[in-house]
Amino acid sequence: MSRIDDIIKQLEDIASNPKKAIEDYEKETGKGAVGIMPVYAPEELVHATGYLPIGMWGGQKQISKARAYLPAFACSIMQTVMEMEVEGVYDGLKAVLFSVPCDTLKCLSQKWKGTSPVIVFTHPQNRVIEGANDFLVQEYEIIKGKLESILGVKITDEALNKSIDVYNENRSVMREFCDVVAEYPQIITPKLRHAVIKARFFMEKSRHTALVQELIAEIKKAPVAPWTGKKVILTGIMAEPNEVLDIFKEEGFAVVADDLAQESRQFRVDVPNGATPLARLAKWWQNFYGCALATDVKKVRGQMLIDMAKKYDADAVIVCMMKFCDPEEFDYPVYYREFEDAGIKNLMIEIDLEAQSFEQLKTRIQSFGEIL
Amino acid sequence: MYTLGIDVGSASSKCVILKDGKEIVVGEAIQVGTGSTGPKRVLEICLEKSGLQLEDMAEIVATGYGRFSLDFTKSQISEISCHAKGINFLVPTARTIIDIGGQDAKAISLDENGRVKQFFMNDKCAAGTGRFLDVMSKVLEVKLNEMQEYDSRSKHAASVSSTCTVFAESEVISQLSKGLSKEDIIAGVHQSVASKVSGLVYRASAIDDVVMCGGVAKNAGVVRAMERVLQKKITVAPTPQITGAIGAALFAYEQANK
Repeated sequence: MSRIDDIIKQLEDIASNPKKAIEDYEKETGKGAVGIMPVYAPEELVHATGYLPIGMWGGQKQISKARAYLPAFACSIMQTVMEMEVEGVYDGLKAVLFSVPCDTLKCLSQKWKGTSPVIVFTHPQNRVIEGANDFLVQEYEIIKGKLESILGVKITDEALNKSIDVYNENRSVMREFCDVVAEYPQIITPKLRHAVIKARFFMEKSRHTALVQELIAEIKKAPVAPWTGKKVILTGIMAEPNEVLDIFKEEGFAVVADDLAQESRQFRVDVPNGATPLARLAKWWQNFYGCALATDVKKVRGQMLIDMAKKYDADAVIVCMMKFCDPEEFDYPVYYREFEDAGIKNLMIEIDLEAQSFEQLKTRIQSFGEIL
Repeated sequence: MYTLGIDVGSASSKCVILKDGKEIVVGEAIQVGTGSTGPKRVLEICLEKSGLQLEDMAEIVATGYGRFSLDFTKSQISEISCHAKGINFLVPTARTIIDIGGQDAKAISLDENGRVKQFFMNDKCAAGTGRFLDVMSKVLEVKLNEMQEYDSRSKHAASVSSTCTVFAESEVISQLSKGLSKEDIIAGVHQSVASKVSGLVYRASAIDDVVMCGGVAKNAGVVRAMERVLQKKITVAPTPQITGAIGAALFAYEQANK
């Protein structure tokens, strides 16, 4: 097994078995994990306590128990999170951090059925005014206080600034990784790309950074070969389950960049410098752009994707539309028109973590490949 | 040169043999699809009627949901591309295709050269598909091929939900028990299919000429309902059920000439 395979296997194993990752971390550090609900949260606050922040993005699972608590039109991330929550999967978490940028998250945060304490906070949606930062700093102060109380750890400014540095380094390395994948799609398939990115939700970030840096160095030893398939950019909330990514591979699609909430949106903007660490974390939200869950009156997402398509010489943009995600649905007609005007080929596919059959998706993606 | 196209759908199997990429030697459909004896039977019928052997085929292309299940060809092309190819061959002026098959419905927009510009398919839902009509025909005890005649005798179409086959079925049962005529209920069922599919057609821009294909296009009641909803003249493709197989045979011809 090459070093590339070895590193990827480590990351794949972590991405596919978060429970073991938590157990290993607990054995090693004596500290447990804090759940981070989608979509965006100041994970650095948890990292500064020495506890492990764990991303809670649901999983490929049939829904039954969650039906008692959520309507059928809640997205499958929330459905599967609720299902696992009712099954007690998250009971080992020391706390769960909840941002509430959509209606379903608001409701879910108020009907948490697990035993872990829940910390709910709000991102201001009128983001451009300074008052938004003041508000968010106050929200983060509350989170900080609650985490300190629940975990029994004092979060110092020094520790928090250090955690921000760790996260910014990870963000920078992840951006580099995505660019390297675009050059080496023969080595890093869409599924492997996703696994490397997803693993960052279940690892202490500096360890993830070190592994990805080594991976990048190993990949770069190989010569760059021409890609005979198609190059695509993914946009949306997530591109799971893995069967979706396998179909991309089968049809000769390389993912050369993404605008997925679970992937690049997490790390495309660094936490900036600022007077205090909480002000720095709050300012990140103001600097963040191009996501349906962060109000943007200028609607830059379409142009941003058009620019990405040009930058990465992509053949098309694939919209991974999370089923029943109304914020994403509302964005679609705006950037779809911009794509059409700019001549950007595009395809919308439905993302549903409950899906078991992928024949129709295969037909859509194969047809799209034939059009391209 | 002979080429063969086979379209293995969810509810039917279709096969076409072409001569020199121009002349349809034979085209057949059997009303059982993937996972059944349909593909083998329709192939045997076509070979028998044409007097040809499988070895006589310069190339074979498979399409439809069962396109990967055949052992006599390794060439598979999606039904979107095949329907577009077949329709362009039959109706060169087509710019929008409405294809309603057994388990899915598609709207495809074509450019002036007959190439696919964009396409939209139904989600994982039987409403607006052939399966929906199949379920309704059983509830109403009216054969599928007789539904269009009932529709033509309707005075006031009943209201039938277009969101869910199961709900629509219970609605139809309720309407039957209220004493509504089968004619009006069937007209409502066709209207329901048209409402569902028109959403896809609007997204594909609905540019003239609009052409319908797929097994459901043989039902004039659905075609009339689509015309009412879209406010457009719709051309039904000649031999609408085998357009995908024709497209596959045309692709096979192109591959043989490469």
